[in-house]
Amino acid sequence: MFLQQLVNGLTLGSIYAIVALGYTLVFGVLEIINMAHGAIFMFGAFIGLMMITTFKVPLWIAMIGAIIVTAFLGLLMERIALNPLRRRAGVSHLAPLISTIGVSIILENLAHKLFGAETQPFPVSFAEISYEIGNVKIYLVQITIFFISVALMVGLQIWLGKTKAGKALRATAENMETAGLLGVNTGRMITLTVVIASAMGGIAGVLVGMAFNAVSPQMGLSMGLKGLAIIILGGMGNVNGAMVGGLILGITEVFSVAYGDSGYRDAIAFLIIIVILLVRPQGIFGEKLPGVRR
Amino acid sequence: MWGGKRGWMFLSILILSFLLLAGCGSKESAPAGGDQSSGNSAPSSTNESASTEEKVAKIGVISWLTGDGAAYGEAITNGFKMAQEELNEQNQGKLKVELIIEDSAGKRDQALNAAQKLINSDEVVAILGPTLSSEMFVVGPEANAAGVPIMGTSTTAKGITDIGEYVFRNALPESLAIPAAIKKAVDAFGIKKVALMYGADDDFTKSGFETMQATSEKMGLEILTIEKFSTGDADFKAQLTKIQSLNPDAIFVSALYKEGGLILDQARKLGLNVPVVGGNGFNSPQVSKVAGQAAEGILVASPWFPEREVPAVQEFVKKYEGKYGKKPDQFAAQAYDALRIMAEALLQIEDPSDRDALRDALAGVKDFDGVTGKFAFDENRDPVMDPVILTIKDGKFVEFK
Repeated sequence: MFLQQLVNGLTLGSIYAIVALGYTLVFGVLEIINMAHGAIFMFGAFIGLMMITTFKVPLWIAMIGAIIVTAFLGLLMERIALNPLRRRAGVSHLAPLISTIGVSIILENLAHKLFGAETQPFPVSFAEISYEIGNVKIYLVQITIFFISVALMVGLQIWLGKTKAGKALRATAENMETAGLLGVNTGRMITLTVVIASAMGGIAGVLVGMAFNAVSPQMGLSMGLKGLAIIILGGMGNVNGAMVGGLILGITEVFSVAYGDSGYRDAIAFLIIIVILLVRPQGIFGEKLPGVRR
Repeated sequence: MWGGKRGWMFLSILILSFLLLAGCGSKESAPAGGDQSSGNSAPSSTNESASTEEKVAKIGVISWLTGDGAAYGEAITNGFKMAQEELNEQNQGKLKVELIIEDSAGKRDQALNAAQKLINSDEVVAILGPTLSSEMFVVGPEANAAGVPIMGTSTTAKGITDIGEYVFRNALPESLAIPAAIKKAVDAFGIKKVALMYGADDDFTKSGFETMQATSEKMGLEILTIEKFSTGDADFKAQLTKIQSLNPDAIFVSALYKEGGLILDQARKLGLNVPVVGGNGFNSPQVSKVAGQAAEGILVASPWFPEREVPAVQEFVKKYEGKYGKKPDQFAAQAYDALRIMAEALLQIEDPSDRDALRDALAGVKDFDGVTGKFAFDENRDPVMDPVILTIKDGKFVEFK
């Protein structure tokens, strides 16, 4: 049972991680907690599902479709809900948080209207492929999710660390005005961040839809809250932290069910988060805040 | 230039207004009947001229129309609206039923607000709903204290009608349904060891679980483990892996169909292939839609069976399907019957705004012939009816024999 539970935990953890990565990217650059990320993730799942069931396209095209639509949603969100707030003086730093909550409500109700209230299965033969190793059953989707989340994490690291665009992004995150003075088109960097984060939400949506074989307008909400807890646990805005935090949360949840009481699943998981934060208030990978940030 | 600020602003406003429109469209809290179909477009004007005799009964509806469980509320209000339309046609000149529909969003406080509005400012003669047992435990006492008859169509938890004299239900309580299903399963599969699983944060699924537990103990079954989950969970693999390692003969699951379908799917994917007995939440065609192949063979007791070879049932199914594009589930069927039971009581009384008279008339309803079968209220205002044991075969509910 232990190994099977470990597989369960790793899958759940990499699902959390893949959602948290999108969060952490936006937070790292904009210092905005993007409450709409869960809703965009849900939209990605629905777009993927619709493309497979209605248009009968292969899975990889559905993935690309979901990425395109969620990237576009991210672009719209940036233009409508975030950009106007940033350009004005005297706007509270909490305003973008509230406006992303607004976006998530709109998206959830829109999904409700477009796709219906019911939970829908995700019928792809890909989700049925499984391997049996000893008495452990692993599904190909579970392996795929794990590796895609690792790949996204590594890809983000390389992009942020080694490329010119990544450097510009980090400069923007460090100090928007200085970066602007140094010739970085900060507006474009911000848009790019939100778009990439949303596209990552879209991929996550399709993968999670397949893993749970269920897509519903509410699926974003609980995922969004877990994602939020994870980025705090991992260190705000830290890419590795999102991955490790996600795995920790997933594994503790599963093991508290396996060897404890399933009624305390979330309680134990969040208790562990609190304990870790007491020891490392900045999160596992977070840096101690320098005195002045801007 | 299009790319400029003005262009973006214009596009933004355009899209925003579209979103707003879409959002508004999804609310169905407007008084029902009026916007539904052709014949109803000008009911008030025709009525005034046609007859002054016609009695008008205002009935409040509290239903879960937005959020997580909107699908239930939708089915329920669809059932009401269809019954309303038919009744108003049938009883033309005698009785006109008006529905005032309020959304509870599945929340107790919102349900209570809706009830207070219906009782005090709309002055309804009776209330149908709310959707959840947990909501009824808050709304019921309020209605009872105000002397307003209230009838739950989906409130199956234990103790609902103990709230008071004015609280009714036509939902088959699980205390009747679940033991019937468990007994049948034990007889058929020779079950000795069971694992129980239930949603711990909902009165409905919790009360179903308690009945399962009590029934299991009474029948001498060994309970290997009791696993819990919460509404909205999507991952049950941890619980199911644990259950699998204990080798039960069967699993009894008390869940709503959404979680229930996922549990079935994930159990079968893990290779856990023992019989599953479900609570009332599994009584929906949605189960096999969500779970697909994995739903085959589950056992549930139901007051409602859409394939029953009774003309009234078949006519109802056909009409409902034509109107709403899907088969009516238990929630729609019980709602449909509930309003018709209400109308039968209303027809017996003089003044359709007399709440006390309506209560007495309701309590006396006997031999009502509904789409959910023969119906009567017992002395506790609970339904008296015979559940059928159903199983899913080839994606469809059939009677289990």
